[in-house]
Amino acid sequence: MGLEVLKELSEAFGVSGCEEEVRKLIIEAIQGYVDDYSVDTIGNLIALKKGPPRPSLKVMVAAHMDEVGLMVTHIEKDGTLRFRPVGGIDSRILLSKVVLIGEGKVPGVIGTKPIHLLKDEERRKVVKVDQMAIDIGASSKEEAEEAVKVGDYAAFATDFVQLGDTVKGKAFDDRVGCAVLIELLKERYPFDLYAVFTVQEEVGLRGARVAAYAIEPDLAFVLEGTICDDMPKKKDVSPTTEVGKGPAITIVDRTFFADRRLIKLLIETAEEEGIPYQFKQPVVGGTDAGAIHLTKEGVPSATVAVPCRYLHSPTCLLSLADFENTVRLMKAALLSFNNLCKVMVLKGES
Amino acid sequence: MEIAPLLKRLSEAGGVSGYETEVRELVFEEFKKYTKDVRVDKLGNVIALKRGEMEPHRSIMLAGHMDEIGLIVTDIEEGFLHFTGVGHFDERVLLGQEVMVHSKRDLIGIIGSRPPHVLPKEEREKVIPMDKLFIDVGLPPEEVKQIVKVGDLVTIRRKFIELRGGLVTGKAFDNRASIAAMLVCLEGLASLRHAWDVYAVATSQEEMGWGGAITSAYGLAPDIAIAIDVTFGHAPGLSEAETLKVGKGPAIAFGPNIHPKLYDELVKTAKEMEMPHQVEAIPGMSGTDAWVIQVTREGIPTALVSIPLRYMHTSVETLSTKDVERTGRLLAGFIGRLDEGFMEKLRWV
Repeated sequence: MGLEVLKELSEAFGVSGCEEEVRKLIIEAIQGYVDDYSVDTIGNLIALKKGPPRPSLKVMVAAHMDEVGLMVTHIEKDGTLRFRPVGGIDSRILLSKVVLIGEGKVPGVIGTKPIHLLKDEERRKVVKVDQMAIDIGASSKEEAEEAVKVGDYAAFATDFVQLGDTVKGKAFDDRVGCAVLIELLKERYPFDLYAVFTVQEEVGLRGARVAAYAIEPDLAFVLEGTICDDMPKKKDVSPTTEVGKGPAITIVDRTFFADRRLIKLLIETAEEEGIPYQFKQPVVGGTDAGAIHLTKEGVPSATVAVPCRYLHSPTCLLSLADFENTVRLMKAALLSFNNLCKVMVLKGES
Repeated sequence: MEIAPLLKRLSEAGGVSGYETEVRELVFEEFKKYTKDVRVDKLGNVIALKRGEMEPHRSIMLAGHMDEIGLIVTDIEEGFLHFTGVGHFDERVLLGQEVMVHSKRDLIGIIGSRPPHVLPKEEREKVIPMDKLFIDVGLPPEEVKQIVKVGDLVTIRRKFIELRGGLVTGKAFDNRASIAAMLVCLEGLASLRHAWDVYAVATSQEEMGWGGAITSAYGLAPDIAIAIDVTFGHAPGLSEAETLKVGKGPAIAFGPNIHPKLYDELVKTAKEMEMPHQVEAIPGMSGTDAWVIQVTREGIPTALVSIPLRYMHTSVETLSTKDVERTGRLLAGFIGRLDEGFMEKLRWV
């Protein structure tokens, strides 16, 4: 289910602020499944799947299109490029990687001093981003400027490969959310569904904020590729989520408290349908829900996520079963119209 | 000869020190294109002999190592693989790297890192030592146990990429670039009369103590030898004093490891050929096959020609294909000049 779409989305170039390629792919993928779509001023793709003639609910489901990456900030005389991260990147994962730069996807490498020339203390020191450079093979500033310019975005050059029941690739945060959302659009629901593919999540939940304001949803779900820290280590450290244990439901993270009624709806649905689920470790990370739930007078929101190992690194890994179960859970939850209505009743707007 | 496709094949082949099988088979076939006389010796060196016209025979040995640094599985924990280095790997470049685990079947693996979201700031400022890193092959623990065993070799998974300005990047250019240069040389010799016999040797186990060079030099007992390797190319953050320029020609080494008169002859050849070249001063141990060849048997006059390479021992080693081509041509030109009286030129008194 949706594997080909996930591959295309993962391999597409879409650092925060530069989501054009991903947006085009998604527009293509949702053709025939939506009644209408538009792109707003900041670049969010908002698709509408209409409910019955007089729907009583407006539900927003959001997934962000952008990924973490780099931006070229300066071109040195020797033709190498200085850069800064876009979004949260651990500088330790940058050395010895290949990136693709700008519209031309010019390949470049982030090299480092060879180990033979390192002093002892340097070997134990983390290289800071401002000491790194991208080498595109240009031998002068002029030569480099024939291919790239200051302000160009750079993304990791990582291919998508199935490893077994898991897949590896880049930008699963949040292309897997986008892929789940595309799958959800294949169903019609008893309410108006606004599928929002947001921009600029990684630099401060910027797209979701304006989209939620414009749509004024009654409630919202955010689909994510979330943090997973389940590699072997001391047992007293939480894995945050675990790969293969089902969709991760957020109770509270750094950006919001999930709506209790929506959590209840998700849990009940999962149990009725026999879908495995897990709770994400509380107070870790954040998603577009952080912006959406505070929009206007407030929007009850919840986040459901596919656990991804090595988030924000060149290569992430996720379980295809988790991906499929996230689609199943969300479809079933959204289709249980009565339960969604109950949420509304409690909100006092019936 | 087109360097890029050749170097791509050589670079993408696996061949961790001591386990050079895949690259050995490739080199064997490549050598076969230039001479019928190709064999593999007991330590796994590939030796090609191209006879010269002179009687009695004199011989030159070209030595370029074909092994690469890699990793080896040391333990399996909950389906994740612990590992250590075979050869000198920089721990700082392993995080977030993709690898190929060569087990019952080849598995793609990820050297994973904990997400930055859950790491305290002080953790992010520490280099993770190799014994705390692991490889994730994305399979259930039971399946991993059936496929992977302790001792399986691991290579970096990295495709060869062409950059701008004739530069290329990939893994194991140290020292597959020199194998490519030897092939350029052999191709040159195909249309060049030469008096001396030429042994082109793709050596094994260089990164773990020059094993292949020690035994092959002993076995062949050449009159002279030239090792071909890579050397530190200039890159951001490095001083020009300790590096050579990428794209400015082969580096001809000078120092105690090098026979000074052999050095003179190489430089003379480069000048006669109007070949851009650089001098690399090595005050002691060269860290190459030349180091052990020089003291083989009663001693062998040895030289070292190197290809400048950026980011050595990382997965993004970067060099100029022009330098590879020039290195090969320089070697062929030098061999073409070897004659009956050459050994006289190397006499001290």
